[in-house]
Amino acid sequence: MKSAVIVFPGSNCDRDAYVAIRDVLGSEPEMAWHGDSSLEKKDLIIVPGGFSYGDYLRCGSMAANSPLMKEVIKQANEGTKIIGICNGFQILTETGLLPGTLMRNKGLKFICRQIHMRVENNTTSFTRKYADKQVIQVPVAHNEGNYVVEDDVLKSLQDNDQVAFRYCDESGTVNDDTNPNGATDNIAGVLNKNKNILALMPHPERALSKLFGSDDGRGVFESLMG
Amino acid sequence: MKARVYVQLKPGVLDPEASVVSKTLGTMGFDTLSKLDMGKFFDIELDVDSTEKAEATLKEMCEKLLSNTVIENYKIEIQS
Repeated sequence: MKSAVIVFPGSNCDRDAYVAIRDVLGSEPEMAWHGDSSLEKKDLIIVPGGFSYGDYLRCGSMAANSPLMKEVIKQANEGTKIIGICNGFQILTETGLLPGTLMRNKGLKFICRQIHMRVENNTTSFTRKYADKQVIQVPVAHNEGNYVVEDDVLKSLQDNDQVAFRYCDESGTVNDDTNPNGATDNIAGVLNKNKNILALMPHPERALSKLFGSDDGRGVFESLMG
Repeated sequence: MKARVYVQLKPGVLDPEASVVSKTLGTMGFDTLSKLDMGKFFDIELDVDSTEKAEATLKEMCEKLLSNTVIENYKIEIQS
């Protein structure tokens, strides 16, 4: 599989994404600098977590307009699989590839801990190794994870099975008490309409081994192997 | 040409930061406070010779970068 991880000034999960691809998918991704203007055609591109451009203006807003993102958007529209994680989620919403936006956590605190999320659509290239409604444990580390969408957009997300993951508790209960950041409808991860783009606030690339608390994140990468 | 661009959350979008500032002012004794919203502004100078051109450029800047139109409104004020 030909893959790339986009590196922005301020990315800090790019190496984790690299290791996830190398160890789970068995091939080395290209580490692609955001300032470059061309990128060889890829099967998979990861827009990693971090604090691109120091979160200036709005999280992800500068990165979304960096030169290489034009190429990422082009390949996304041609069907290349894209995963945006944490800051990568924020960047993808800023590009318009995904609807909605990520606002400040409802509790105004940076949240850094293990959470549970429920697999809401296990028929995609990113989730097919999981069981339907499987509860998985992965870490979150963000200040702006409060996913906000307008009501009509939310309805279309629900109607088109574009909600990939919802925050829940260990038993899979989804409600306000199991919502860490105030995200609309407990949404932790969304897909685009064509299901070739997944973006999520939690970090599956940091949950590859029980040594780090959980290996539940492997499923996202194993799913990509087909 | 000088302009000021204001960017603010749309009415109805919950701004936790503004609500904390508002609550704190209340705690400090400002009991006449009934509403507080926050926003930001940009002072911008453009090398253009007409107000129309300035407005068109500023509008494009707002739509593409300065504001996120999902949750924010913007207002352009041409100053000179």
